[in-house]
Amino acid sequence: MPVDSALVGRAFPAPAPLTVTEERVTAFAASLGHDSRGVPPTFPIVLAFDAMQAFLDAEQVDLHRIVHGEQRFTYERPLRIGDELRATLVVTGVRRIGGADIVATASEIRDAAGELVCTGKATLVHGGASEGEQ
Amino acid sequence: MRAGDVLPDQVFAITRGHLVSYAAASGDQNPIHQDEEVARSVGLPGVIAHGMYTLGLVGTAVATWTEGAEVVELGAKFTSPVVVPAEGAVEVVVGGTVKSVADGLVTLALSVTSEGTKVLGMPRAVVRA
Repeated sequence: MPVDSALVGRAFPAPAPLTVTEERVTAFAASLGHDSRGVPPTFPIVLAFDAMQAFLDAEQVDLHRIVHGEQRFTYERPLRIGDELRATLVVTGVRRIGGADIVATASEIRDAAGELVCTGKATLVHGGASEGEQ
Repeated sequence: MRAGDVLPDQVFAITRGHLVSYAAASGDQNPIHQDEEVARSVGLPGVIAHGMYTLGLVGTAVATWTEGAEVVELGAKFTSPVVVPAEGAVEVVVGGTVKSVADGLVTLALSVTSEGTKVLGMPRAVVRA
């Protein structure tokens, strides 16, 4: 992966918006044993993942060489069934530690009106045999 | 909830089947979470849970403790992999205490371990009171 400072500031939008359907939420919640009402708080990763995949495709990085180092979400409001959401990932930093490239990203998830719903900050670790920040 | 309240530990058993369901539901089909050979080829000790699966379990624990309160922040570092055996399950224990209650927000201090090892670093959850 060409990890250099030129990547910083580049934006990678998900190829298309995704509608938060009851089916998607139910399957996601069930796999986590989450039985309370509402959309599980980690569901926005589904949106962020699309933008991350766009980034990996553009940089020709194999998904299986990526380890997730950190993920933090902040929410402007809860997600709702029927929301049409799209994430755009921006590379916020790159550094190299012990043979691994550490890419810091921030993905803004916006609704059809363009309002910010959630921000996901992620660290992606590429190329090292270690697990993220271990 | 009041600052200092200790919340009951929640124990989750993770199987390979959970990871397959989660991969389908989340769209994250990274083979390191399903295929032993691929996982080992990139230096992992075996199939590992998606970091977001473990963080998702924290979301489940928080929803249970707070009876579905609105989450305004949730995150962690994935500091140690949770290796999921081909047969049986591995347990993840989510513990929590109420760190502070202020300005309508409840901040939880969390501990997330598997087989005695801390698997999430600086886990943090904030919900509306």
